[in-house]
Amino acid sequence: MDAFPSRWGKPRNENIDEHNTVPLHKTLPDNLTQTAYGPVTRTQQPLVTGTSVIALKYRDGIMMAADMLGSYGSLARFRDIERLMPVGDYTVVGASGDISDQQYIQHVLESLMVKEHCHDDGHVLGTPHIFEYLWRMMYNRRSKFNPLWNALVVGGVHKGDKFLGYVDLRGTTYKATTIATGFGAHLAQPILRKRVEGREDDLTEEEAIDIINDCMRVLFYRDARSMNKFQRATITAAGVNVTEPYGVDTNWGFAEKIRGYGA
Amino acid sequence: MFRNQYDNDVSTWSPQGRIHQVEYAVEAVKQGSAAIGLRSNEYAVLLALKRSSGELASYQKKLIKIDEHMGIAIAGLTSDARVLSNFMRTEAMRSKMLYDRPIPVQRIVSTIADKAQVNTQQYGRRPYGVGLLVVGYDETGPHLYESSPSGTCFEYFAMSIGARSQSAKTYLEKNYEQFANASLDELVRHGLLALRDTLQQDKELNIHNTSIGIVGKNEDFHIIEGDGLQKYLDLLGDETSRTRRGPEERSAAESIAAESSREDSNTEVDHGDVAPMDTDN
Repeated sequence: MDAFPSRWGKPRNENIDEHNTVPLHKTLPDNLTQTAYGPVTRTQQPLVTGTSVIALKYRDGIMMAADMLGSYGSLARFRDIERLMPVGDYTVVGASGDISDQQYIQHVLESLMVKEHCHDDGHVLGTPHIFEYLWRMMYNRRSKFNPLWNALVVGGVHKGDKFLGYVDLRGTTYKATTIATGFGAHLAQPILRKRVEGREDDLTEEEAIDIINDCMRVLFYRDARSMNKFQRATITAAGVNVTEPYGVDTNWGFAEKIRGYGA
Repeated sequence: MFRNQYDNDVSTWSPQGRIHQVEYAVEAVKQGSAAIGLRSNEYAVLLALKRSSGELASYQKKLIKIDEHMGIAIAGLTSDARVLSNFMRTEAMRSKMLYDRPIPVQRIVSTIADKAQVNTQQYGRRPYGVGLLVVGYDETGPHLYESSPSGTCFEYFAMSIGARSQSAKTYLEKNYEQFANASLDELVRHGLLALRDTLQQDKELNIHNTSIGIVGKNEDFHIIEGDGLQKYLDLLGDETSRTRRGPEERSAAESIAAESSREDSNTEVDHGDVAPMDTDN
């Protein structure tokens, strides 16, 4: 297989180079535009990935959850990845998709908060500002054909208002009462919408925890790249709280009835 | 200040520890017509005296809007002011685009000050010849800053720059304690009284030569000129000129003043808002 698309369709000298081990003799001068040299070939696939992130608005603020698995394809490789990143005192960014890109985003956001802190003028970046910044960054990378392969959920409380938004690798954004990425968008979103929409100012913390746990249970049952160990983040006017990892009860009794499964 | 051998370029110190070129640049600001800024706990206001080079000419614009929450008053070389205000507008827009947030006033003023400082240290450059009064309203409340060609920027409750601004400063220093809790009208009235003190003999504030800029808690920065000014000038009553006279003398004095002001404008020496290359002194 020829890994260099710029060589496709061009004749090669089989006497010298039977297996394309040496790049072709230079046929183009140096001073041309980027596109004239042929397509750019960067790695365009995520490697270690995180699965769904789900989030909802409730009476006191925002609640978000994500499991702690970093999958290497179908291998459940890293089982302690924290995918919910607190930024400042009133915002949490949950990331699904490529973990190394998530770590890069974490680094960028941390540097940003430090720089703002050093201005020392009483101004702090709030959730809507962080959201806008992430959007601009993701869209800019997409426009250069070098995306950060993530879908991000940005949640927080800013000046008394609850904020919940979504940004992804293409720079698509939206804000809603309930947000879910990846498999969560298919499996958890219907549950979230049914139980939350319209009631975001009445939902108590206990009810919200119940909804989150139900969604994470469904995701563990049905998403083959998930794990029953996750964290839950709560953001209120008092600040951010990320729980210790925990799991939900599951019932696999039905397996007994199926030939080949069960004990 | 007199010419000496240490004032040829900005990268030469004098033995007294002064950089004369920077001081000369500050002099250029004093040639411009007066601009005044003052603030209360909720509003920040700019007032300026516009100058025209003759009866046929328009009045030079002194206030520039930078963003919905910020504006500046200029004194000195208008071309330098244009360059700085364009830069400020770009920075303000950048903040809105990157963070969806109006730029904090202190930051943009510090950036301008740093920009001005470069011109006081690099060989071959000249300092900006314009002083700015910047007002803005951000999350930390209303602010007023002064930026000068020397690269300094300070925050003030009230400040004035330009020709005869010392008289305005005297008024502001006497009255600044009343500004914090003043209403918007009271604040503007104080500003107009201070501006009036910078007038030359027999000149008066009118809707043509005055300019007011206001920004506040629920009020975007906007500039008031022309007919809209009348209601603010009315706050001064009859006393729109510097010399206070009784009402009977006034009408006689006014007609004399009208004649002499026509002659005066041709012999006005201060041409600070036009580039100093003008030769009609």
